Amino acid sequence: MSALIYEKSSPGRRADNLPRLTPAEAGLKLRIPPKYFRDEDADLPELSELDVVRHFTNLSRKNFSVDANMYPLGSCTMKYNPKVCERIAALDGFSSLHPLLPQLRGGGMLTQGALEVLYETERWLSEIVGMDAFSLQPMAGSHGELTGMMLVAAYHKDKGNRKTKVIIPDSAHGTNPSSAAIAGYTVVSIPTGPDGGIDLARYEAALDDEVAAVMLTCPSTLGLFERDILKIADLAHKRDALLYYDGANLNALLGRCRPGDLGFDVVHVNLHKTFSTPHGGGGPGAGPVGVKARLIPYLPTSIVVKRTDGTFALEYERPKSIGYIASFYGNFGIILRAYAYMLLLGAEGMRRVSENAVLNANYMQARLKTRYEPAFNRLCMHECVFSASRQAARGVHAIDVAKALVERGLHPPTVYFPLVVKEALMIEPTETESREQMDEFIDAMLDIADLAEQDPAQFPAMPRNTPVGRLDEVKAARDMHFKA
Amino acid sequence: MPYIPTTDRDRAAMLKAIGVPDVDALFADIPASVRIPGLKLPAGRSESDVVEHMRRLAHRNSHTLVSFLGGGYYDHFIPACVDELSSRSEFTTAYTPYQPEASQGTLQAIFEYQSAICRITGMEVANASLYDGGTALYEAAMMAIRLTGRRKILLDSGVNPIYRNILVSYTGNLAVDFEEIPVVHGQSDRDRITAAINDKTAAVILQNPNFFGAVDDFTDVIETAHSKGCMAVMSVYPVSLGLLKTPGVMGADIVTGEGQSLGLPLSFGGPYLGFMASRMQHVRKMPGRIAGETIDGAGRRGFVLTLQAREQHIRREKAMSNICSNEALCALRALIYLSWLGRHGFKELARTCAQKAEYAKTRLGAIPGVEVKKSAPTFNEFTLALPCEASGLVSRLIDRGFAAGFPLGRYYKGMDNYLLVAVTEKRTREDIGRLAEALEAAL
Repeated sequence: MSALIYEKSSPGRRADNLPRLTPAEAGLKLRIPPKYFRDEDADLPELSELDVVRHFTNLSRKNFSVDANMYPLGSCTMKYNPKVCERIAALDGFSSLHPLLPQLRGGGMLTQGALEVLYETERWLSEIVGMDAFSLQPMAGSHGELTGMMLVAAYHKDKGNRKTKVIIPDSAHGTNPSSAAIAGYTVVSIPTGPDGGIDLARYEAALDDEVAAVMLTCPSTLGLFERDILKIADLAHKRDALLYYDGANLNALLGRCRPGDLGFDVVHVNLHKTFSTPHGGGGPGAGPVGVKARLIPYLPTSIVVKRTDGTFALEYERPKSIGYIASFYGNFGIILRAYAYMLLLGAEGMRRVSENAVLNANYMQARLKTRYEPAFNRLCMHECVFSASRQAARGVHAIDVAKALVERGLHPPTVYFPLVVKEALMIEPTETESREQMDEFIDAMLDIADLAEQDPAQFPAMPRNTPVGRLDEVKAARDMHFKA
Repeated sequence: MPYIPTTDRDRAAMLKAIGVPDVDALFADIPASVRIPGLKLPAGRSESDVVEHMRRLAHRNSHTLVSFLGGGYYDHFIPACVDELSSRSEFTTAYTPYQPEASQGTLQAIFEYQSAICRITGMEVANASLYDGGTALYEAAMMAIRLTGRRKILLDSGVNPIYRNILVSYTGNLAVDFEEIPVVHGQSDRDRITAAINDKTAAVILQNPNFFGAVDDFTDVIETAHSKGCMAVMSVYPVSLGLLKTPGVMGADIVTGEGQSLGLPLSFGGPYLGFMASRMQHVRKMPGRIAGETIDGAGRRGFVLTLQAREQHIRREKAMSNICSNEALCALRALIYLSWLGRHGFKELARTCAQKAEYAKTRLGAIPGVEVKKSAPTFNEFTLALPCEASGLVSRLIDRGFAAGFPLGRYYKGMDNYLLVAVTEKRTREDIGRLAEALEAAL
């Protein structure tokens, strides 16, 4: 257990070292009446700089991370994040740039490098997913989904279509139905068929003229390519429903096929997954949205344009735009890292990503399926999903398998998702893990399967070698202790 | 191939284990008609080549302007320890802390961050972060609508115009009714605001200091709102809270703000940090992740993500918000920054900014034809009335090496001659003096 930073405070101790005021500045009386001031100082800790440094250095050591541990969280694409991209994002010419500069007359010329990054990133992403244009503004995947749904709504409204529903498979991420609902749509959930794909008959039955869009993740969250995708797209388009691509799993398709060619009209991509920007303990990410030509007029304000003289500018006057969905141009620091990553990889590197991501996941599946029940017994894409049902029969549940992995210094796969698989274990090794590292993970999983058969009583005590053991989540929700 | 460890030997062994002849066989589910041989993109480049390319691009951006540009986004100094500690890869390359035993570093940091936000705002509970100040305000408006069951929002026009644009875009397809109350002389029109609050009003949205830099005490407006069952939402500039009365003391129900000024680089608009705080009685309607304290089997203190029944991965279409990825690393930066400042530094920073702004007002106000708007007290940003169009003047001052401020005419009709000037602790007395000279010369 480590003390909270507030518990380390010692009155009178200071780390800050701020600029001193000159007498000319300090001598002026502040013209703020006393009634506008706070009565008590904010109770922030009083520490030396070394106290602060030790506190956070020691906190950092209580985290698993890609740089220290294999982290095969399914659907999260925890691949290696190249160090050089961090260095590039920290370049002063990018990091100190004020976002309002382009809104000053003549200010656009002071941000040409940044605007070129935005413009080029949009072009690269357009080619990669087969779209005609991109907006880089959405700041996370679910933000991209909401933006996408707003684009769908604007499109239909402009055409005079009255549509109220969005079709989403039951295997989808929770963000899909949530984003569609927040955009004002009613969600129609379609069950998964026996081969792991969408239940086509139920899909056709649900598809009526009220359907504004169909949201799909491809490969699905079950790690499976949607074999009927062309038919699904065709049926949707016949009803003037748009097909939305959740790019959470784009890593599997990079350079092999493009969502735009599969019939998708709107896509979001997660730069913090496929394009290798670090996840930061939960964010920041970036969820750029791409569209086919007929949706370009509705893209968020503003868009980057290249003028005939080769300079770049921001265009704000766009009458059909859905408006502002972010304060500025998206999570620029994340976009920079992704752009650098794309330049490093190039066309051939992109294809190697999907090739090795899919190879690794299938290797994992092939070696583990003797002891763990595969959710669907077919080749997978970039991730494989098992059910810990055999272990659960011995009282060892997916969460117990996860904690046993933590005990072995390996981050567990995603557990209990997708919801359509009981006791789900969803493993995504990514392309940056070596065979030796995967073998270590596989050996640990096989060892855990043995232990589940031999001595299931050992599991509840795991993990034993972490800063804390299993935590009482019920107590956390009941006590509601959210601050010190 | 960079970042791929698999050798030809590995590949052969793995394909054998899988039982397929080649990698192409793994992609057999993709219809042949849509398979592509590769992307039409340039070849990959060396690390040194990419660094050089990006350096050149960075160099094509301004990095020598002396900046008095604010508008809600400020050029504060970032202490080295913020960069050094937050860039530790144990923090940067971790995922959302779904496995708490393997993520106590991130979870404790979130808990401490939530505490820091409560302590500076005077509120009872904060979430783990939202995207930015603008989207946080939208989330607050939706939270007030959920809590009151009402659909009308009163919006003070002193709220950042970018935020107001965001509110309008997001609610375009929802039955939400906005009424904007214009400021008078750059100050909230409290008579009109209080008169407009009725039993249909879900929330009144205020900002302190407002976009013109005016400082206010909204206690009376909030009391009126509460007497009509309406919630008070306040967007605040966190650095100002080193000096100014907290929204908590004023009685606000939901507080949001842009956390960029708490140790985050301007970085051309992101990643930033939307913070949100509220009252404990409303916590179940709050969007976003929340870390809570608990114990393990041995009684040791630990932290977990909690009250997850509010969130999309549990509630799907009935969730409070669709947010999943947030700005965790930015929240960590804010926490480190606030811990470095500490109780005294937080106050001193606010006072330093305010004193320097006061000095700038004296210098700029002494220029013939230039008037400092004095109708309301200000913190570190203030409005100048100019004898000419602000946008042209700003353009001329760019040529002299200054980002002199933000021309208010861009977002406010009839204010073409007004300039919004921001001063942070980074601007020296000499910077301010030189701006005054340049501005006078450029008039």
